[in-house]
Amino acid sequence: MTTISKVRYSRRSILKTGGAAVAAAALPAPMVWGQETKNITLRQFGTGVSNLNDVAMKVKEDLGFTLEMTALDSDSVTQRAATQPDSFDIADIEYWICKKVWPTGNLQAMDTSKIANYDKIVGIFRDGKLTPESTIAQGTAPHTVGFVEGPGGTEFVDNESGWMTLIPTIYNADTLGIRPDLIGRPISNWSELLNPEFAGKASILDISSIGIMDMAMVVESMGEYTYPDKGNMTKEEIDLTIGIFTEAKKNGQFRAFWKSFDESVNLMASGEVVIQSMWSPAITAVKSQGIPCVYQPLEEGYRSWGGGIGLSSSLSGMELDAAYEYINWYLSGWVGGYLMRQGYYSAVPETSKAFMSENEWGYWFEGKEATDVITSPTGDTLAQAGETRDGGSFEERMGAVACWNAVMDENQYMVRKWNEFIAA
Amino acid sequence: MRNNSVIGWLLAAPLSLVLLVFLVAPIAMIVVVSFWGATEWSIYPAFQFDNYTFLLTSDVTYRVYLNTLKYAIITWAFTLLIGFTVAYYLAFHIRSLTWQIALFLLCTIPFLTSNIIRMISWIPFLGRNGLANQALISWGVIDEPLEWLLFSDFSVILAFVHLYTLFMVVPIFNTMMRIDKSLIEAAVDAGASGWQTLWHVIIPLTKPGIMIGTIFVVALVMGDFITVRFMSGSQSANVGRMIQNDIGLLQYPSASATAVILLVTVLLLIGTLLRFVDIRKEL
Repeated sequence: MTTISKVRYSRRSILKTGGAAVAAAALPAPMVWGQETKNITLRQFGTGVSNLNDVAMKVKEDLGFTLEMTALDSDSVTQRAATQPDSFDIADIEYWICKKVWPTGNLQAMDTSKIANYDKIVGIFRDGKLTPESTIAQGTAPHTVGFVEGPGGTEFVDNESGWMTLIPTIYNADTLGIRPDLIGRPISNWSELLNPEFAGKASILDISSIGIMDMAMVVESMGEYTYPDKGNMTKEEIDLTIGIFTEAKKNGQFRAFWKSFDESVNLMASGEVVIQSMWSPAITAVKSQGIPCVYQPLEEGYRSWGGGIGLSSSLSGMELDAAYEYINWYLSGWVGGYLMRQGYYSAVPETSKAFMSENEWGYWFEGKEATDVITSPTGDTLAQAGETRDGGSFEERMGAVACWNAVMDENQYMVRKWNEFIAA
Repeated sequence: MRNNSVIGWLLAAPLSLVLLVFLVAPIAMIVVVSFWGATEWSIYPAFQFDNYTFLLTSDVTYRVYLNTLKYAIITWAFTLLIGFTVAYYLAFHIRSLTWQIALFLLCTIPFLTSNIIRMISWIPFLGRNGLANQALISWGVIDEPLEWLLFSDFSVILAFVHLYTLFMVVPIFNTMMRIDKSLIEAAVDAGASGWQTLWHVIIPLTKPGIMIGTIFVVALVMGDFITVRFMSGSQSANVGRMIQNDIGLLQYPSASATAVILLVTVLLLIGTLLRFVDIRKEL
């Protein structure tokens, strides 16, 4: 858990200039407004993946106001969004967290007519379909918690109502990470995670809501059970799933469980673990140490996740306008390009294209062979000319999503069972 | 007379106030919240026994408590053995006070760094390809890396012993320094062997120090969550981790109930220990 604090203007100094702000709002004079935005500070918090200092710096440069970033783990993010509504202006959270947090009323719905690139947002976040033919995956699919009926709405609606809960920013398809040099044979199924061949060398993440989905993918792949909906299990299904993994744990299948990004990198890089649930930037981090590591596409498909920006319900006036401005900027391409060059996807890929080289666009989005060295935004070499991305193009990867990270109706029961699994 | 009692109250007031605000009030709050209810995203005031019923009827709770006690007892035994030996050496084998103090300060130097760093530094050392395994393999002691060195009960207890031995050394050393040397001379003059002196003179006189060290170590191990998480690779649970998990999932009432039960357990333990030695008399 890290906290990145930025140079900030105190709330008091904003209050002092508040009088001038009211005057500025009453007399629409762009010059004055431009001056005033410099004094605005928006406090954003979220998981480490998209809370990047580079983004805050670029915001200051392009938009003039200060964005203060705090990076937390997903449990703490949920906790903060649910219990401390006044501690943030912008919440950068995942869709399943939104399902948990929205009922608290700490977030306000956003007017899509104020979002310039709304029409270009990928279908997954609007009607749930990547292409008109695609089927919707199991779990908490983003579009199911993406809209409410109006500004004060508390119930999610299943159509594009014009009031969005989160503006999608970043998403990806997750799978298992492997060490090809230590495994030495092709891996093509989720069931390999519990293969006795890897006893004492496997790992799974200790974040119950995500871990249970990985478990479900494995159980289905083993042919033990086919879930009607992996994202919403019954008590019996939870017992069955966790039972299978408890037995594997007792047989010494797992080397360790991980909770933070760094732990997963260390486990893999040190060779303690050769196959485990992993996130894409962790693979990048292992690779940048010169250690072979593959984000292995599997036959059963991916477990996917998506994040977005939500606005605190206490945001209003000029700060709310600044937040909309920030969102429009976010979708206008620079951030998208930055994130896509790390292997994530942006909600409006076409605007990001302008901020990527043809080689980068081909490699990351179209799944083509790299024509030149591929580097991360921070300058680490990620791939050589001639290599292709694990899993192929955007359509191939996002089209093969089997389930989304989810919150179940039986979540509390699941959490208790999960604790038993850890204690077993 | 009346004036005196007012002054007395005034003198006691600051400390009482500090204890009230920083000790009594938080514990009272925890007890109150432990009876509340929780949903996915909020907690609501109530008076219900659900949290306790769930805790006390789940066999996971008992397993976890047993595991926590196991860690506490084994860690206690090792820290006592090592701590007593170190203190004994410092108090009775080092002759000059300057050297005693110098060596004692040397013991505390590792404690100038964060205890999390000291704990985590074991991970690369004990790992499958870590220094310990590499050394053992190159000496020909083993052919395959030892898997149980890391992410096991062994590594958890090793870290505990490493972190908490000093808490044994300090109080034991302190009481040993107060032992009147003439008592030991008397024992020797009366014909007692070295072991008899140790067993019949030094250990009984060191009891208060041992007891204070025991209270430190037991309380620290019972309340720990981070050592167990890192050194067991999240594979073992203790009470602290149960509380941490609950907090992470916004289940504050359930976390409070667990905390209350842990508090009661530790108080009972320490109460029992204090039956054996009257610390106040000895200090």
